Amino acid sequence: MKQLTNRSKVVSDKSMTMAEAAYLPAVFTGLGITLKHFFRKPATLKYPEQKREFTAVYRGRHVLKRDENGAERCTACGLCAVSCPAEAITMVADERKKGEENLYREEKYAAIYEINMLRCIFCGLCEEACPKQAIFLTTEIAPASYEREDFIWGKDRLVEGVESTKRIDITARQDR
Amino acid sequence: MSLLKVTIDNHTIEVPAGTTILQAARLIGKEVAPPAMCYYTKLATSGGYCRTCLVKVSKGSEKDPRPMPKLVASCRTTVMDGMEVQNFTSPEVIEARKGVVEFLLINHPLDCPVCDQAGECHLQDLSYENGRSYSRYEFERRTFDKIDIGDKIKLHMTRCILCYRCVKVADQLTPGRGHGVINRGDVSEISTYIEHAVDNEFSGNMIDVCPVGALTDRTFRFKSRVWFLKPMDAHRDCDKCSGKAVVWKYGNDIYRVTGRKDQWGEVDEWICNTCRYDKKDAKDWTVEGPRKIEKTSVISQNHYEAGTKFVASPETLPVKQLS
Repeated sequence: MKQLTNRSKVVSDKSMTMAEAAYLPAVFTGLGITLKHFFRKPATLKYPEQKREFTAVYRGRHVLKRDENGAERCTACGLCAVSCPAEAITMVADERKKGEENLYREEKYAAIYEINMLRCIFCGLCEEACPKQAIFLTTEIAPASYEREDFIWGKDRLVEGVESTKRIDITARQDR
Repeated sequence: MSLLKVTIDNHTIEVPAGTTILQAARLIGKEVAPPAMCYYTKLATSGGYCRTCLVKVSKGSEKDPRPMPKLVASCRTTVMDGMEVQNFTSPEVIEARKGVVEFLLINHPLDCPVCDQAGECHLQDLSYENGRSYSRYEFERRTFDKIDIGDKIKLHMTRCILCYRCVKVADQLTPGRGHGVINRGDVSEISTYIEHAVDNEFSGNMIDVCPVGALTDRTFRFKSRVWFLKPMDAHRDCDKCSGKAVVWKYGNDIYRVTGRKDQWGEVDEWICNTCRYDKKDAKDWTVEGPRKIEKTSVISQNHYEAGTKFVASPETLPVKQLS
């Protein structure tokens, strides 16, 4: 039969030689390979004490941005939810009342905004669909947990803080 | 009755005298039908305002084959025997329509993320299908305050494109005329004269006929987005209207009730305000089944039944009204 690649090996059923039947050379070869790895640089990091450097466009956990005055940008238009292939996002909108102009940028805002982090596949389509530059993915990893409830992220965990120290910088992703 | 032969975009059809070019094009099908923002089959004297349905008449008739000198509004021009019309096949029409869309969008706020109409907005469809992706307008847009028309309807005058459909509804569907257009030109606005409440039984239909988000249902205001809801055909015994409506469900909750719209986005049967605003309990309605939504519509997103093409039933053909 004609070979498509030269990677396939021809199987033979010839009987083993004396050295092969003793197995010991093969055992020592394997031990040697293991030993070699003791002196190599490990491929893993001691997370969370050590953290790996990510590119600026790494797709980690989400953030709901505020504008420069500290008002939430999200207007609950639902485009992130409809673009989400995993259907991880749900939201309930509400109307902004008088006196809440410093809290919400538009007359409509998301009263409830939830992302199911177990469903999320971190594809970034929500960020791409957002017409208000409200939702972004960050370079942070979504933390693990023992409880399933901990993975339903509400606005308390998604919206960034008002103070300048608690803002999450995403300018690098916007400039790309 | 003699039939007139008319050719639109190389499709030939025979229609009775008095049919407009737009109606004839709709009889042929969606491929040749010009878009219409102000014309509404069920409202007499509607049409002629928005200019989106402009077409080119390249041959006036069999007897007088000269072409018409300018593009004509197809909703207001009746067909002649042997007339030849170009719609999407004419680059002139396509260019003119781009201009019309740009004009309609000049004062439109483009607040689609906030607007309840987004997803079923004719202006969105129109500008997506026939418009440009940019505007050359660089001046301040006209703005108005939001007005409550009664306790059930919200008027966003900034979004209005002055199609006059809602005024025709008030004129023709309800006994006492409650609202109209005041002022002229670019300052004209829909008003109820000192914000008089429109409180007659069929006033809610002006929400359905509004092609943009200028008139929206206050009982549904910001409740959800249309593409999160599942439209179901439903009916109930109503002593005021036919009771045939569409209920928009989220789980088992009914978020809003609208009239049933045909493939041209026009309501089949008017529904009364009781059905529209007050019957939001699932027990009030007998659900017939899921509404068929076109596959290209955002409303069909995440709904798993296959979208089907609309087939015009004989009752909804506009020709019937002419005899």
